[in-house]
Amino acid sequence: MPIVHKLPTIKIPETTLTTGAPNGTILSVDNLTFSYPDGHTALREISLPIKRGEKVALVGPNGAGKSTLMLHFNGLLQGNGHIQVAGMPVKKENLAFIRAAVGMVFQNPDDQLFSPTVFEDVAFGPLHMGLPEAEVRARVDTALEQVGMKPYAQRLSHHLSSGEKKRISIATVLAMRPKILALDEPSAGLDPRARRSLIELLDQMPLTMVIATHDIRMVDELLPRMVVMDQGRIIADGPTDELLSDQELLETHGLEQP
Amino acid sequence: MYITFEHYQNQESLIHHLDPRVKVVVTVLFVISNALLPDGAWAAFALSWLMLLGCIFLARLNLVFIIKRSLVVLPFTLAAATAIFTFPGQSVFCAQIGSWHLTATDAGLVRFFSILIRSWVSVQMAIVLTASTPFPDLIHALRHLRVPSILVAIISFMYRYIFVLSDEAMRLIRAREARSARLRGGSKNGGTIKWRAKVAGNMAGQLFLRSYERSERVYNAMLSRGYRRVLLTINPHVMRSSDWVVGGAAIFMLFLILMAGRV
Repeated sequence: MPIVHKLPTIKIPETTLTTGAPNGTILSVDNLTFSYPDGHTALREISLPIKRGEKVALVGPNGAGKSTLMLHFNGLLQGNGHIQVAGMPVKKENLAFIRAAVGMVFQNPDDQLFSPTVFEDVAFGPLHMGLPEAEVRARVDTALEQVGMKPYAQRLSHHLSSGEKKRISIATVLAMRPKILALDEPSAGLDPRARRSLIELLDQMPLTMVIATHDIRMVDELLPRMVVMDQGRIIADGPTDELLSDQELLETHGLEQP
Repeated sequence: MYITFEHYQNQESLIHHLDPRVKVVVTVLFVISNALLPDGAWAAFALSWLMLLGCIFLARLNLVFIIKRSLVVLPFTLAAATAIFTFPGQSVFCAQIGSWHLTATDAGLVRFFSILIRSWVSVQMAIVLTASTPFPDLIHALRHLRVPSILVAIISFMYRYIFVLSDEAMRLIRAREARSARLRGGSKNGGTIKWRAKVAGNMAGQLFLRSYERSERVYNAMLSRGYRRVLLTINPHVMRSSDWVVGGAAIFMLFLILMAGRV
C-alpha cells in the first residue's frame, strides 16, 4: 500500500526569490516602529538596508530590541514601517515566500527543533514549502551535509549536545535554501570548541547573514558590518573594526572591546 | 534526567521489522478482542495470553521487563474491586470494613478476575508495541491511520518536550533545595506544611508559565519554517507482503480467540 501524501496548494516559485531589489538590497527596513501590546515601545524609527552577501552583526545590551527587530524580518511581528525582503514587501500574501527567503534560527535549539527526529526537523521547512518528497529528501541530505551532521538524520533531538543541536538548527533553515540567514545568539551556551566550529561553519557560507549577539569576539572575526542598538534605536551602523575602536561608543552602550 | 523509552527498540526481530501500522492495528484489535471476551472465558483468556507470549518471544523481549512495566496498571484495576461485592451470586466470604458489612460473591469474583486479566494482558501487548517500535514510527503510524492530526501533533510534541519539561522541573527543584537551608537549633527544615505547599504551588505555576512561553517560541519557529496549520510529514514506511501476512495471521488468531470465548 503506497502512501499518497496530500500536497499543499501553495507552490513557491524559486525564481521570484532570486531577484531582489535592483540596487542589490536584499533586505530593507524603513522607518520601523513597534510597540508590544502592553504599550512598551521596543523599536523606534529603525532603518536598515542590507545588501546581498553582507554579514551584519546586531549588538547592544539586553532589551535593546535586537530579537524584536529580527522577528520583523519574516513577518512574525508586524510594526509600523516598510520592510522588503528580496524585493517583496512583508505583508500577509507574501509571508509564505518571505519565510522561505529568511532562514530564522532562534536562540534556543530546543525551540527550533520540535520534531522527534533530526530528519523530520530538517524536512519540516521544505515539506511545508510544498516541495515534492524526492526534493525534500535531497534537500535534507544536502543541508545536513553542509553542517557536517549527515550521520545524525535518524537521531532523536533530545539526545544531542548543544553544539550538535545548534548545527542542526542551522540545517533546518538551510534546507529551505534561504537568501538571508538570521541568527539569534548562535554562540550562546556553546563550549569553546563548539563555538569555534560554529564560527568556521558560518564563515564558509556565502549567504547574507544577520546575527544578533553579545559575542563581540565572534563579531570581530566573522561580521564586517556592525549595527549597535540601544533602547529600540539604531545608535551606530558601520564597519566593525571602526566601531570596535570607538571606546566611548562601546562603553556608553554596555559593550566591550574584543 | 532521562527516562528511556528506547530500551529495547533497536533490536532486530520479526516484530521490530513489521510495519508500525500493522503493529498499531493489531494491538488495538487485541485490546478490543479482550474487552469483548465474556467474563470467565478462561480458555480464551489463556489463548490471548499465549498470543501475547508468542509476540514477546518473536520480538525477543525480556518477559520480566514486560511484566515489571505492566505492574503500573494494577492500581487502576482496583476500581473493579467493587464488582466483587456488588454482583449478585453465591456468597463466598464476608468482610467487615468499619461499619460496612461486605459480602463477596462468586459471580463478583469471576468478574473481578476477568477484568484484571483483560487489562493486564492488554497492557502487556501495548508494552510490546512501544518496546518494539521507535516512537517516531509510532507517531507516523497513527498519522497514517487517520488519527486526528491535532492528537498526533500533541503526542509528538509531548514526546519531544517531556524531557525538556522534566529538566525544567528538576532545575526548579534544585533551586529550591539550594535555598532550603536550616540554622542549627532553628526551626524545622522547610517551614510549615502551609508554607511548603505555597512554594510547591509557585513552582507548578512557574513550570506552567515557562512551558506556555516555550510554546509561543516553538510556534514562532514553526511559522518561520512555513507552517500553515497543517502538519505534513514524509513516511518512509511501505507495506510489504510479509506485513500483510503477519497482520492477517494476527487478526485470524484474534478471531479464533473470540470464537473460543463464545463456546
